Amino acid sequence: MPTATTTMEAPTTATAAQRMRPVSRASEFAFRGLCLAMASVVLVLVLIVGYQLWRGAGHTFHRFGLSFLTKSDWDPNANSFGALPFIYGTLVTSLLGLLIATPLAVATAVFLTELAPNWLRQPLIFLIEMLAAIPSVILGLWAIFVLLPVLNEHVFPFLQKTVGFLPIFSGTSFGGYSVLAASLIIAVMVLPIITSVSREILRSVPDLQREAAYGLGATRWEVTRIAVLSYAKKGIFGAMILGLGRALGETMAVTMVIGNANEIKSSLFAPGNTLASVIASQFNEAADDSYRDALIAVGLVLFGITLIVNLCARLLLKFGTADAGAVH
Amino acid sequence: MSSGIALSTPPPATPPGAVRVGQVSEGLRRWRKFKSALVAGLCLTCALIVVTPLALVFGYLVIKGVGSINLDFFTKLPVPHGETGGGVVHAIVGSFILIGLAALVGLPTGILGAVYITEYAGRRFASVVRFAADLLNGVPSIVWGIVAYAILVLPKGSPFSLGHYSAIAGALALAFIMIPLVLRTSEEVLLLVPNGYREAALALGVARWKIATRIVLKTASKGVLTGALLAVARVSGETAPLLFTALGNSGWSHGIRDPMSALPLQIYAYAISPYPDENRQAWAAALVLLLMVLVLNVGLRYATRDRLPTRPGTRGKKLSSAANTAATTAVTGGAVTVPQT
Repeated sequence: MPTATTTMEAPTTATAAQRMRPVSRASEFAFRGLCLAMASVVLVLVLIVGYQLWRGAGHTFHRFGLSFLTKSDWDPNANSFGALPFIYGTLVTSLLGLLIATPLAVATAVFLTELAPNWLRQPLIFLIEMLAAIPSVILGLWAIFVLLPVLNEHVFPFLQKTVGFLPIFSGTSFGGYSVLAASLIIAVMVLPIITSVSREILRSVPDLQREAAYGLGATRWEVTRIAVLSYAKKGIFGAMILGLGRALGETMAVTMVIGNANEIKSSLFAPGNTLASVIASQFNEAADDSYRDALIAVGLVLFGITLIVNLCARLLLKFGTADAGAVH
Repeated sequence: MSSGIALSTPPPATPPGAVRVGQVSEGLRRWRKFKSALVAGLCLTCALIVVTPLALVFGYLVIKGVGSINLDFFTKLPVPHGETGGGVVHAIVGSFILIGLAALVGLPTGILGAVYITEYAGRRFASVVRFAADLLNGVPSIVWGIVAYAILVLPKGSPFSLGHYSAIAGALALAFIMIPLVLRTSEEVLLLVPNGYREAALALGVARWKIATRIVLKTASKGVLTGALLAVARVSGETAPLLFTALGNSGWSHGIRDPMSALPLQIYAYAISPYPDENRQAWAAALVLLLMVLVLNVGLRYATRDRLPTRPGTRGKKLSSAANTAATTAVTGGAVTVPQT
């Protein structure tokens, strides 16, 4: 790296460096070295995360192999660990949360970029950023004392009465602690990020697109649909996947409402667990090494899944915003 | 909410057959305008639904929490389970210590790292670091807790391990979260500093480290500060990485090598507690924490809000949105970088 930089700016810097006093040259060297070290910390951190998780989880994977991912029993007393219920719980809550959040978020982003009058736009953006700032644990507290009773007393009985023939809406409620409650909380938590990213995507649509559609006599909605949304399709999908990455790792609020049960149940009213919530709720109870190692292995699985999802999101966003114009 | 341009005047001199077509399209036009208004209303409704949770959470926190905020709450330690009264002073102090330690490590690392990749690094190294930071920004916070646990808490986990829960481990976990976040927000802001500034200084023979510190960092200071404080606000609400690092404490800690409580940990413990008086205090603690986080966010926006440019023409249009850029990067994790206008 140093060689590349010196050749790049050879003539001017060389003379400047010659003229520099030794003190100045030393401080230049020190400052540059310090900055390089700090930038390298990020690279080292990637190695540290990977190494520490792998070392902690290695024992578990050595014992169970890949069946750790496909076994559905998690019984610390019998020293038997399978992470499938948590993988299932994570996927169900995240996808359901995303399903609820995405239409709302995209519609809000459309409202903010295409429709909202100026006096309403800034306050709304501000409020959405505030929503993003609410700590997860506070949302969890609110959910325990406000959301869960409402779900338990009104929403669940209503759903059972109307669509209870579906297996996902049947079964008894455990005070509201459920996969559905966790999904709702996840939806609230990913709303701001999907809205913000979608808004940035919509803002990146060139005005020429809109003007062309208006010029053809399109109404405002037609302009949005034809010129803006179809142009921003890929980017919005990327925003969704980015939201998924966030949803997968949501911990505190989910831990507080999901009910902490280590089984797979078809009903959304039943308690469950996600990869993140099982670590949060059981790590401090893990008395023996193999239990703790199994939880670290769950952490490794969570890390792996979020890594892949985030990579996909970034690729989508990169190509979604870069060459969308060429397609349409 | 009517459309900008619509077919308003029928074409002149139309033959009889075409008049009917014109009438049909008039009806169609109304339908299209109606549909447009309908969708606009729907989008407005969605926007309102999105901000409803904020209103609900904030409203409940105020209603349930404000009654429990008194002098005792800020000055006393918790009383034994089941008794009423007491406060959470240890958690408030603990939060400040943990965040302070994390900021001490995380902020300089992130900011100087950003200086390296904008001022010194070649394109390839810069993109590798940026990519790594983006990956790390996506790591769930509880995973950082595990990493800090493995390094500092687990006996023989590493040469530095203390072998027990400690405030240091908690602060390290928070610092891990801050570093990539601050690096990305600072970088986005430093990139907004026009290259002309750097070139002008180089032409005058100014050393590069002085350009980096006295020109680039100084010009972008507002945006860098915004990013730094947003990162502080973000970690001050984090609970998951502290669960098995700082662990929590029902009284004062003897030092940073001891387990330490923090407001989020206290809220969590009190929220799931079976004692009503502890639930009551959870609401109060949550209100205090939320106000802290929101004041950091709101105060910051207000403080770094763009007023009239100090020296007309010199700062350039781009720089005026430095704070905005930092804020957007903090929310989206630097996933999209759209030039601000």
